[in-house]
Amino acid sequence: MTNQLLNITEEASTVMIEDAINAFPNECCGFFYGTESEEERIVTIARPVLNSKEGDQRRRFEISPFDYMKAEQFALQNDLLLLGVYHSHPNHPSVASIHDLAKAMPYFSYVIISVMEGEFNTIQSWRLREDIREFREEEVCWKLANRSQESEFGGSATSSHSSPHRIHQ
Amino acid sequence: MAKIIIPTPLRKFTGGKSSFESNGTTVQAVVDNLVAENATLGQQILDNSGNIRSFIRVYVGDEDINELEGSETAVNDSSVISIVPAIAGGVN
Repeated sequence: MTNQLLNITEEASTVMIEDAINAFPNECCGFFYGTESEEERIVTIARPVLNSKEGDQRRRFEISPFDYMKAEQFALQNDLLLLGVYHSHPNHPSVASIHDLAKAMPYFSYVIISVMEGEFNTIQSWRLREDIREFREEEVCWKLANRSQESEFGGSATSSHSSPHRIHQ
Repeated sequence: MAKIIIPTPLRKFTGGKSSFESNGTTVQAVVDNLVAENATLGQQILDNSGNIRSFIRVYVGDEDINELEGSETAVNDSSVISIVPAIAGGVN
């Protein structure tokens, strides 16, 4: 699949961003589901899960194996694809970290939401490259009820289609 | 036959299949059968000794096999086995 656009519905965007704000100053996490074509992935449902990381949740998240198993079951039962994982970066940019890369799985989109001092900042998505262990950024379209639709690349809310970031170990 | 659920990120190694059925009677036997038919998947979930990698968890039904008999946990025709990768990360 070569699609490079992650199109997040208003309902799913709202769930992710509100979860990130509510969890501040800790990191939130969850799964998202939807469909995909050659052109894009469409995220229709986002579901928060517990950050099960023991220790400092302001800098780390972890999803329990049980919650992961339930997420796969939810996708199968609802005839949806488990498209990826979202989490927040409190008081940090929405750029994937080496810790994100270390545990990244192929195929998944990794949505990261930056929350600065409790306020939503930016949203970006990253996917593991197939040829080398490196993230490539994918374009994200998202909506919030109180904001106009924004299409961004590079995390800016106003500029579009800047050069994608690369994260590698 | 026991059914094993393939996690979404690893389905490219099973030709897109979301599940696999095997008449193996233990978790290890089912996994071995799965890998025998999908060799590249083996590199993802098994170490060089053929054991399930440490960051991969396996459930039978709702129970972690580490709380049962490990990879020798018995399975039957009604068993549903889940392969679960670790999901974690955070800021630099």
